Amino acid sequence: MSWLPLIAGCWLSFPGLSFANAFAGEKDGEWPMAANNYASTRYSALSDINTANVHTLKPVVTFSTGVNRGHEAAPLVINNTMYIVTPYPNYLYALDLNKPGAPQKWKFDPQPQSAAQGVACCDFVNRGTAYAEGRVFINTLDNQTIAVDAEDGKEIWRTRMGDIKTGETMTMAPLVVNGKVLVGNSGGEFGVRGWLAALDAKSGKELWRAWSTGPDKDVLIGSNFKPYYASDRGKDLGLTTWPGLSWQNGGGNVWGWISFDPALNLIYYGTGNPGPWNPEQRPGDNKWTAGIFARNPDTGEARWFYQFSPHDLHDYDAINENILIDAPVKGRERKLLIRPERNGYIYVLDRTTGQVLSADPFVRVTTSAGVDLKSGRIRYNPAKEPRVGETIRDICPVSPGAKDWQPSSYSPRTGLIYIPHQNMCQDAQSYNVSYIAGTPYVGSDTRMYAGPGGNLGVMTAWDPLSRKKKWDVREPFPVWSGTLATAGDLVFYGTMEGWFKAVDAQTGKLLWQFKTGSGIVGQPISYRGPDRRQYIAVLSGVGGWAGALVSGELDARDATAAKGFANAVKTLPAHTTRGGMLYVFALP
Amino acid sequence: MCLRCLKYLPGMGRVLAGFAGLCLAIALSGCEREQRAFPQPADAKLMPQTLRQSELQPGQPAQPVGRGEHLPPPDYQAKYENNAYAVSQGRRLYRWFNCNGCHANGGGDIGPPLMDDRWIYGGEPADIYTSILHGRPNGMPSFAGHITEDQLWQIVAYVRSMSGQLRIDTAPSRSDNLQPAEPESRRERQDMRQSAPPKEHS
Repeated sequence: MSWLPLIAGCWLSFPGLSFANAFAGEKDGEWPMAANNYASTRYSALSDINTANVHTLKPVVTFSTGVNRGHEAAPLVINNTMYIVTPYPNYLYALDLNKPGAPQKWKFDPQPQSAAQGVACCDFVNRGTAYAEGRVFINTLDNQTIAVDAEDGKEIWRTRMGDIKTGETMTMAPLVVNGKVLVGNSGGEFGVRGWLAALDAKSGKELWRAWSTGPDKDVLIGSNFKPYYASDRGKDLGLTTWPGLSWQNGGGNVWGWISFDPALNLIYYGTGNPGPWNPEQRPGDNKWTAGIFARNPDTGEARWFYQFSPHDLHDYDAINENILIDAPVKGRERKLLIRPERNGYIYVLDRTTGQVLSADPFVRVTTSAGVDLKSGRIRYNPAKEPRVGETIRDICPVSPGAKDWQPSSYSPRTGLIYIPHQNMCQDAQSYNVSYIAGTPYVGSDTRMYAGPGGNLGVMTAWDPLSRKKKWDVREPFPVWSGTLATAGDLVFYGTMEGWFKAVDAQTGKLLWQFKTGSGIVGQPISYRGPDRRQYIAVLSGVGGWAGALVSGELDARDATAAKGFANAVKTLPAHTTRGGMLYVFALP
Repeated sequence: MCLRCLKYLPGMGRVLAGFAGLCLAIALSGCEREQRAFPQPADAKLMPQTLRQSELQPGQPAQPVGRGEHLPPPDYQAKYENNAYAVSQGRRLYRWFNCNGCHANGGGDIGPPLMDDRWIYGGEPADIYTSILHGRPNGMPSFAGHITEDQLWQIVAYVRSMSGQLRIDTAPSRSDNLQPAEPESRRERQDMRQSAPPKEHS
């Protein structure tokens, strides 16, 4: 197992610390899943490209995807082949890295329903593919999970998981665990009931489905469910924490990231916002939305749950990445889960029990005043609670949160987490909204703007153990791309204007940048090519919620366009145009 | 049915009786296949102008583009666009039917903006009516069966106010909700561009 030397290396460089952070990890410089490994570190052990030579980095391969919407996916690299999935219409490309220029090996067109474009809340994005045993797995916007032969691009199976007529879509990157393809749905702005399902990687047969609301039997809560906090214990909380039958349209969609700890045999994933946004239409804690589940991947049964935002007030989905590291906390070795959360706090959880060990704000937060570690509950600020007919101002963080889906990385060499995120606040006024199946179910007018300092975006390096910010880089626009940390002590990320940047992992100093054709909202990766050289790759192509103004050609004269995001980024059309393109970089 | 075929059947021998059913089926279907319906003079009229979605009119002198299947009622202007009550009802219904969930308050979100000068399927009242009633292939849902004709024309009139197409004394001048933009009555009239580059989404 190739991660053993890595751990040994970490042990040597940090005696007294142990980081078993590369579960399953990369095989000789491959990038086999969106997060590179089950611990979701997005860390590359390759160091050919480093702080001393990165200034000579040059583009060596480009590839147009032919799609104009937001390219949020991470390319995968397996067996010297690169796999790229595009936003709707969800083309899947295989590029042959063995040949000069990495020409197209095959293209798979899943032909999703065009009407799906009308029910995708925030641009019709796709966050990546998954790979296992010669198969590539994709989710399509119209709710199909498809297995494709990695060698020839032929379809092996496809399973329909949901129905666009209710407003349901799929945008998340699947994860393959123990021969099961784990997939979840989107639709939190359409009152779609959330779920995570496991499909047999061989046949595509659905093995289990865990709903995010409803009775315990639907949520797969049984006798092994041992949440750490009392507020998560009790029978059928997915029913009783909702008024009437509103749990049926209650959201809690699973459109973000899944991590896996093989030793504990537990998967970790978050649930999205409850529906509608207007909280006065759903009094109660609204379980099991806006929280994190630990489940057994083989049966789906829940082990523990923690709710970051009970009775969510501001669309604080809890679907962000979960970084799994082992480190001592207060002198005691712990299995940790680090979660930079949308509500503005970085949580450090014990991933065996779900106990919150710390929760520290990493942006300006006005909507709450900390987290009570005893009860686990966040302390909401009543002044910022939405009330129908009243404009609530200076809500920080905004609805897309202190950070949204865009994933952080973690370097075991620096011990830091590199968080791409927003610095934004908003005014909002809620109203009562009717549920009409297949139409948006939100009930809030929102306009967003920059937080203190005037910059919309930040790249923050955070030490999860000392619980302090090490450094940050301010960006004019939200940093809506993922980050990549490498053993060359570099951190790569992209900006919405289109700059692809490498900064020093220790100091944040800008060491190299390259202007790509469009704004970057994708996830950078690194791999070793067949020529044994290290490469860095990223998809350029602005869009997503943050870039919908450009990718959807919206009109920012209406401050509520794109649910208020257009107002914050209204100058973006002067800085970038849309268009999907892969860029691959190498040393000369 | 094709009686010319059936008249040959009684002449067949009894030994072929078992075969007859099959023959009948083939004969009947084959017979229909060959049948031609010759247009009667009354059916030969030209397709109505109102169905046109394109400015291109091959082999014809340039005519005004008439689009949309549903022409507004004769009193449309008086009853809807020039009537402040109808426009304000349209505004309420725009929210009640969750139109704002996709098009925001005119700036667009999941769907395209309605306050600008670009109309994928046309910005005339009949075009907008058709879009709402029947839906469009790239995501615009069909509201047929969910809405009355009167309500629909009210929404059409309000939607047209978003790009300044209405008289300023009938277009809404304030918002009951968060004020998202200049009120509709203050907006400059947008020329509806018919040669705009196509958007990929409706």
